[in-house]
Amino acid sequence: MGERRGRLLQRSIALGYVGVLVIVPLFVITWRALADGWSGFVSALSSEQAVTAFRLTAEIAVAAVAINTVFGVGVALLITRYRFRGRRFLGSLADLPISVSPIVVGFALVLVYGPTNGWFGKSLAHANIQVIFALPGMILATAFVTMPLVLREVVPVLEEEGLDQEQAARVLGANAVQRFRRITLPVIRPALTYGIVLSLARAIGEFGAVKVVSGNVSGVGQTQTVPLLIEERVEQIEPGSYQLAFVLILVTVLAIVLVSLKRSKESVS
Amino acid sequence: MTLLDAPRVGSAPDANVRPARSDAPAGVRLGRVSGLGLGTAVLWLSLLVLIPLAAVVAKGLGGGWSAFWADITTPQAAAALRLTVLSSLFVAAINAVMGTLLAWVLVRDSFPGRRLVELVIDIPFALPTIVAGLVLLSVYGSDSPVGINLLGTQRAVVFALLFVTLPFVVRSVQPVLIALDTEAEQAAACLGAGPRTIFRRIVLPLLLPAIASGAALAFARAMGEYGSVLLISGGLDRTRVSSMYAFQLIQNYNYAGAAATATVLLVVSLAVIVGLDVLQRRVGRRG
Repeated sequence: MGERRGRLLQRSIALGYVGVLVIVPLFVITWRALADGWSGFVSALSSEQAVTAFRLTAEIAVAAVAINTVFGVGVALLITRYRFRGRRFLGSLADLPISVSPIVVGFALVLVYGPTNGWFGKSLAHANIQVIFALPGMILATAFVTMPLVLREVVPVLEEEGLDQEQAARVLGANAVQRFRRITLPVIRPALTYGIVLSLARAIGEFGAVKVVSGNVSGVGQTQTVPLLIEERVEQIEPGSYQLAFVLILVTVLAIVLVSLKRSKESVS
Repeated sequence: MTLLDAPRVGSAPDANVRPARSDAPAGVRLGRVSGLGLGTAVLWLSLLVLIPLAAVVAKGLGGGWSAFWADITTPQAAAALRLTVLSSLFVAAINAVMGTLLAWVLVRDSFPGRRLVELVIDIPFALPTIVAGLVLLSVYGSDSPVGINLLGTQRAVVFALLFVTLPFVVRSVQPVLIALDTEAEQAAACLGAGPRTIFRRIVLPLLLPAIASGAALAFARAMGEYGSVLLISGGLDRTRVSSMYAFQLIQNYNYAGAAATATVLLVVSLAVIVGLDVLQRRVGRRG
């Protein structure tokens, strides 16, 4: 008697919470983004500032994710295949960026690579390399924030796989490159794909850390990414913020759906 | 690393609890190539993470303990810290309850659209924070279509934090709940225990470590949150969280002051990570 009612009550509370917090807001922003119709979209996305912001965001995301892919696969191999002091520490350290405030991340990079007071800033300035308020700093900030994503997808797979095949191949005379291409890569490929997709989605949206290191320059030498442009449009009460946000929401949702579908298909087979 | 895992997108339905990795693995010693690889990885981690974070602490404590204390106890800094800590604690508590309920409903209940809800839960975590802020602003801001204007209130800060931390407890409790053997529950039911007693006496104790770690991660995330809070906070003094305060000081080139607040935030994140690691080892040993 009461059990069925209790179950319904639990379900409605849980779903109501998700509804108020997430579903209704997503509907409203979609509706606002589409309110100005197709022409609203075109004008929001086609201004020179927006086009540059999109290109810059894509460049930063690709660079940061490329770095993290190499780093993530390398460290995953190291901590699952080798024995050395501080192995555990290395794993925890690589996880740290997830819980550090983005403002602290950006600020930390400014303190070390900043042109005037940074620890390495003077020597970098001598070498004519500008990191902060320029593209390299924004790539560093994005790489920092997305660092663990590839790593934590790949590590469990490698752990589960174990070392047997790898050792067999070694005994049969395969070199390291052959072993990686023929044995490791096929095993980690799905996990690696998820890691890359999720990192890209995360990298495109990074806001706080990039805001601190970018200086938010628009126009020539623009350092304004799409999230920074969204903020500017909201604060200046310019039109087009909803449309930009909608594009980023689409990318995020697409990434989540893609990964979830592939993952559940994998678990069925 | 299991308990440290932030939500893994879409991993819920098939997630299984991995045993804690032992410190004495089967594995080979480092060779020349792998040694070089390790060196490169450590160098990169140092340049990107360790040295910069050390620079924050060095800057924060560089003027001595009293200067650090003075910087974090100015009325503005203290107000920001108080708001940040209190709202993060509150958000962690709500998450502990609602996250557990959501995980329970997703695992034990079946209803049309369950898989859709699974997907929706991942969205807030993956959404760009500024977009999350705009999403909330468009519904609960000054021209709210539902007539709820939270702009510039502390409730808005809490709401934004609840939004971005939604998946943490759900995703840490769900795999434990899936792996849970229902035999003990059935036995208790046979012996006449009601559903409430069964949950409180049998299920809840087994879920507690997962709830605690999820809530701790949510707390850590909430402490450092910036983008999602920014727009809906209305830029007022009473809604300024520590990240926003630190950013403001950075813009005014008050690096020492910013570093002091940043050091506090950093210490909190480290404390959560170390605490979870200890918790994980203890649970791993027991199980």
